[in-house]
Amino acid sequence: MAADRVDGYLRFRNVKKSYDQKTLVVKDFNLELAKGEFLTLLGPSGSGKTTVLMMMAGFESVTSGDILLDGNPITRTAPYKRNIGMVFQNYALFPHMSIAENLAYPLKVRKKSKAEIAERVQRYLDLIELGDFGNRTPGQLSGGQRQRVALARALIFGPSLVLMDEPLGALDKKLREQMQLEISRLHQKLGFTVIYVTHDQGEALTMSDRIAVFDRGVVQQCAAPDVLYEQPANAFVADFIGENNFLPGVVTRREGDWVRVRISGGGEIEARCADCGDVGSDCLISVRPEKLFIEEAGHDYDNRFGALLKTRLYVGDFIRYFFELDDGTEVVVKVLNDHAAPELSMSEKSLLLSRRRDCFAFARK
Amino acid sequence: MGQDQAITGSDPRLTAGEAALARRELRRHKLIALLLVVPLLLFLLFAFVAPIATMLYRGFNNPAVAQLIPGTLQRLVPWDGTGIPDRAVLTRMALDLRRLAKIRRSGKLAEELNRHLPGASSVVKSTARKLRRKSETELEQKGADLLLAANSLWSKPAIWQAVKKAGQVYTDTYYLTAMDLERTFAGDIQTRQSGQIYVKLYTKTLRMALIITLMCLLLGYPLAYFLANAPPKTANMLMIFVLLPFWTSLLVRTTAWIALLQTNGVINSFLTAASIVTDPLEMLYTEFSTVVAMTHILLPFMILPLYSVMKGIDPSYMRAAMSMGARPLSAFVSVYLPNTMPGLSAGALLVFIISVGYYITPALVGGTKGQMISNIIAFHMQQSNNWGLAAALGTLLLVLILTLYWLYDRFVGAANIKLG
Repeated sequence: MAADRVDGYLRFRNVKKSYDQKTLVVKDFNLELAKGEFLTLLGPSGSGKTTVLMMMAGFESVTSGDILLDGNPITRTAPYKRNIGMVFQNYALFPHMSIAENLAYPLKVRKKSKAEIAERVQRYLDLIELGDFGNRTPGQLSGGQRQRVALARALIFGPSLVLMDEPLGALDKKLREQMQLEISRLHQKLGFTVIYVTHDQGEALTMSDRIAVFDRGVVQQCAAPDVLYEQPANAFVADFIGENNFLPGVVTRREGDWVRVRISGGGEIEARCADCGDVGSDCLISVRPEKLFIEEAGHDYDNRFGALLKTRLYVGDFIRYFFELDDGTEVVVKVLNDHAAPELSMSEKSLLLSRRRDCFAFARK
Repeated sequence: MGQDQAITGSDPRLTAGEAALARRELRRHKLIALLLVVPLLLFLLFAFVAPIATMLYRGFNNPAVAQLIPGTLQRLVPWDGTGIPDRAVLTRMALDLRRLAKIRRSGKLAEELNRHLPGASSVVKSTARKLRRKSETELEQKGADLLLAANSLWSKPAIWQAVKKAGQVYTDTYYLTAMDLERTFAGDIQTRQSGQIYVKLYTKTLRMALIITLMCLLLGYPLAYFLANAPPKTANMLMIFVLLPFWTSLLVRTTAWIALLQTNGVINSFLTAASIVTDPLEMLYTEFSTVVAMTHILLPFMILPLYSVMKGIDPSYMRAAMSMGARPLSAFVSVYLPNTMPGLSAGALLVFIISVGYYITPALVGGTKGQMISNIIAFHMQQSNNWGLAAALGTLLLVLILTLYWLYDRFVGAANIKLG
């Protein structure tokens, strides 16, 4: 687990932010980062993740609380004194400078010698595999190349912390995947600490050591990608990360971490209790479409309930089945396309199966 | 079937028939485009190109004297400019003067000659009056004597040199005058003896235009920056204030400045009442008043292009620069300012060129001290009736502006300009 790496290199302590002196955009943000860690702030737009990044960079003031970098408070430090690299969504490459001049900018500001600047610029150009592109202007580069330059520019002056604000948001899917690998490669090679903001969960899951999921100014869960996906702390995280089915029901029995829930669509389901209430309280059962199975013999499943097939969607690598429970709740089941996908009747109920460790019970608000 | 299509579709060349069709289509589009702009082209030709061409031509062409006294001029051709021309010329001049007096055109000749020889006007007029009473036969016999008797000036070479010069249909006199130069009778170019006005006035005009441009820049740049970075609602509201001057009559705005700046005007009343000054300041009818009023009037021309360019500059540029360690001022100079250059140069060029040729405001609030070249051009067109000189001055102004533009293009690059 990444938790044992936390040594408080970067620390947010009770950080709050309000723009209008009335409502908080970021409500009591606490987080510790280890040196060299790759942390992603993930959340829908307006959830406060970019605000946190801007406070970190110094472009937004902190309403209350502290930010400590390597033990020193930087809450009131001017942005240009923080020595933090930043990559912007629109690259923010200076259009009136060549690529080499763009890379040289932070070094020039730091009054490095000409020889050192030239040497370092070339080294970073080679690093991003744009060695011969120094004389071009940003306008002559493709989106992916520009993104690489922006990345190199944020790294060239050797900051120990790099902030990335949706850096791949403007790229198409294929390029985005390439760049994810590129960023991971540089991160591993150079060992800097990253705070990465995105609303793309796929990006977050593949790149991060840890992910902080934001909603309405509050961190809903901060954990490693696999924990986040497989053990969501609440309904928001379960819904936001990946795809999920939600079945409303009532808790009928509770034993430690495990609950038994009578779902309104008919049937009982055993599930792991995430943040559910006591016996008699309303709850939601979440179960991922790929963790549901359509009736087959010889398997040992904890939960089984009947549902009627409505639609079947051929996606290619898998097939998506849309079922409906008695109360109208829609349930999606994803079946791998290995030519064993069952032919189901649309008039008779099929039996859906799941293991109890794949089902989570959340409080219904 | 599918395979057939793939094969024929893989050849990108057009057949002859298809090419002809494509060409016809292209021609049709071009024709339509041309028809759409034809009215504007015609309008420009008549309202813009033709007048300017006429102006350029008029600066060289001066047929007035040649039409008034063609006979005299013809007989004056062999004269070498020393002594008095021979009697035939004098006689012909007497006859011409009589004829002009009869048809009341001697004033025109007097005016034209006076430009070359100050003081010639009254001599020509009085002589013409005297000769008018003589008969034609009398003048044919002793016109030369009568002419010489009418005024002693006729016995001096100067007047005849003036006549000869004024009689040239194509002349560089106006252009030379516009540059404070003149041509001696021998043909050498020298600085004008009778006064140096125009070069000084051009310099002053350029200097004032430069000051106005700088003022507009100093006032407009921060405002444009503020507008570009303000929330849309505030920006729209403030933009109306920027545009407000465009909706008010130029005369009203200029007159308002008179009310503010005059000796007993608002500013002076305030200053004396507040005991800041004891005697009212002399502000109206000075260079100062011209600069202030014109800066006010031309400010939107600076703000609008700057605003549109600044609007397009991503705020993340400044942030990026600062995240890389640049102080705000250094980030501004090295990143923001260069990116506003297109708007800045467009605005500066607009304001400069407009103010170089500005007329109304200097005429109203400038007095004699705040006059610019256009006021002198207007003077020559309306009062001294010297269209040739006005045309020459105007042409020089045009050349000056084109030269400045060329220099600008050379050193800054006109492709840089962004008007909106």
